[in-house]
Amino acid sequence: MDEYTRHILECLEEDARMTHDQIAALTGLPAEEVSNRIKEMEDNGIIRKYKTVVDWDLAGDENVYAIIELKVSLERRLGYQALVERLYKFPEVRSVRLLSGQYDLSLTVGGQSMKEVAFFVAEKISTLDQVQHTTTHFVLKTYKEDGIILYEEDRVARLPVTP
Amino acid sequence: MRKTCRPSRFVADVMKRVPPSGIRRYFDLASEVDDVISLGVGEPDFVTPWHIREACIHSLECGETSYTSNYGLIELREEISRFFSNKFSTCYDPNSEILVTSGVSEALDLAIRAITNPGDEIIVPQPSYVAYIPSVMFAGGVAVPVDTCLENEFKLNAEDLEAVITDKTKALILNYPNNPTGATMGKKDMEAIADVAAEHDIMVISDEVYDCLTYHGKHTCFASLDGMRDRTILLNGFSKAYAMTGFRMAYALAPREVISSMMLIHQYSMLCAPIIAQIGAIEALRNGTHEMEKMVRDYDRRRHLIVSGLNKIGLDCFEPRGAFYAFPSVEHTGLTSEEFAEKLLFEQKVVTIPGTVFGKAGDGFLRCSYATSREEIEKALARIEAFVDGL
Repeated sequence: MDEYTRHILECLEEDARMTHDQIAALTGLPAEEVSNRIKEMEDNGIIRKYKTVVDWDLAGDENVYAIIELKVSLERRLGYQALVERLYKFPEVRSVRLLSGQYDLSLTVGGQSMKEVAFFVAEKISTLDQVQHTTTHFVLKTYKEDGIILYEEDRVARLPVTP
Repeated sequence: MRKTCRPSRFVADVMKRVPPSGIRRYFDLASEVDDVISLGVGEPDFVTPWHIREACIHSLECGETSYTSNYGLIELREEISRFFSNKFSTCYDPNSEILVTSGVSEALDLAIRAITNPGDEIIVPQPSYVAYIPSVMFAGGVAVPVDTCLENEFKLNAEDLEAVITDKTKALILNYPNNPTGATMGKKDMEAIADVAAEHDIMVISDEVYDCLTYHGKHTCFASLDGMRDRTILLNGFSKAYAMTGFRMAYALAPREVISSMMLIHQYSMLCAPIIAQIGAIEALRNGTHEMEKMVRDYDRRRHLIVSGLNKIGLDCFEPRGAFYAFPSVEHTGLTSEEFAEKLLFEQKVVTIPGTVFGKAGDGFLRCSYATSREEIEKALARIEAFVDGL
């Protein structure tokens, strides 16, 4: 990865709404080259998506989230792939991860109530042949999401002039 | 009835000769104005990385609160020694050639006091960091300024250096990357200075506190040049690279005879640097590179932003390749540096530091620190543009 690419990605990661002109001013590259590089990364999948990190609790969201850990039995020749594809096609399933340790897969599932999430797990996930065992943990509070701390920190202000 | 005391009578004569700090004056001015955007800060706007703070907190919880060796914790000196050996292939014995100090400010004061006899001349390239000349004066030495200039991108020119060397010259203070100009000197430029230092047998105090904040090419450590290790008192610290300004943590690397002299003063005046800060410094050297490099990339982006912004406004700014300062020229506006800085402060509420605070060679220039957020820099540039347009 060349230095300019890293700079562009760090800028967009900090603020996905940063304009190409602003990124050009921060990197010293001409704006046209910034646009070209970004387009290339969007095309080849390095930039997957532009996202907003939302504090849903503050917005008054009623949605409930749960982290589900699955113990699975693998099918010969198929590995995890077939099962994972079935799982992530559900829009309720917001993330799917393969883990080391006691459990094989970790899902994040969202719904409008705990009952809805629990029923989803019971009817759609636990019933799958390969799923041996599930453990559901409901998320009570989110403190940090995607590298962003959702609560304010007090800071001692710097002096305005120092040598 | 006892005789009344007139305290001013007891103040040492040198105090009257050392000029008051220009920085102090602008601090006082800035305090009179609300809602300023400050480009006048000489410290990082980052908080010290959490892993360093956490190591310090843990050490307090473990009850590590006592004095350390005068030289500093041996673990820290060993890390520093390893760091310099790996990065610059320059070896310092942790037992006798490294001194841990409370900030580069203390290291500088010790270095000057350790080598200066009354009347010794110490050369100070200008514009210079505000502490150099006063420190020489406090030590009883004579500060000899030598100007650097924009035409040479504020690098110290070997011929100009040679022209101010006399038989009283003891040492030269170098500071690259430079505060206030942001200038750097490449290996070739430094070799020319090394030749002069060797030829005239003078010592070099090299303040390299901004060495990690180098953009475009590697930093040249003066002590790593051929024959310079024994001729250099190398000063460096943790304030800028690891955002540890408040910790007061730095070190000096020098031949044992110099370190032991510096230690002689340090052991009586400071005793040792704070233990918590030393613990933090160990953590910084062992695990801090990743976070440090992230900060440097962020400075680099802001550097582009502020330099291109100032040039667009018409305040010509050479490209600074180190530290976190831009040094634009205000000459063509017809205002002096002080007039520009003061009017800008009161009319547009932007703090900058006039170059004259750093010596006469800074006349016509402003020091603009970009150790502040991108948003603040953008706002400041907009206000500066409005100010210049209104002139």
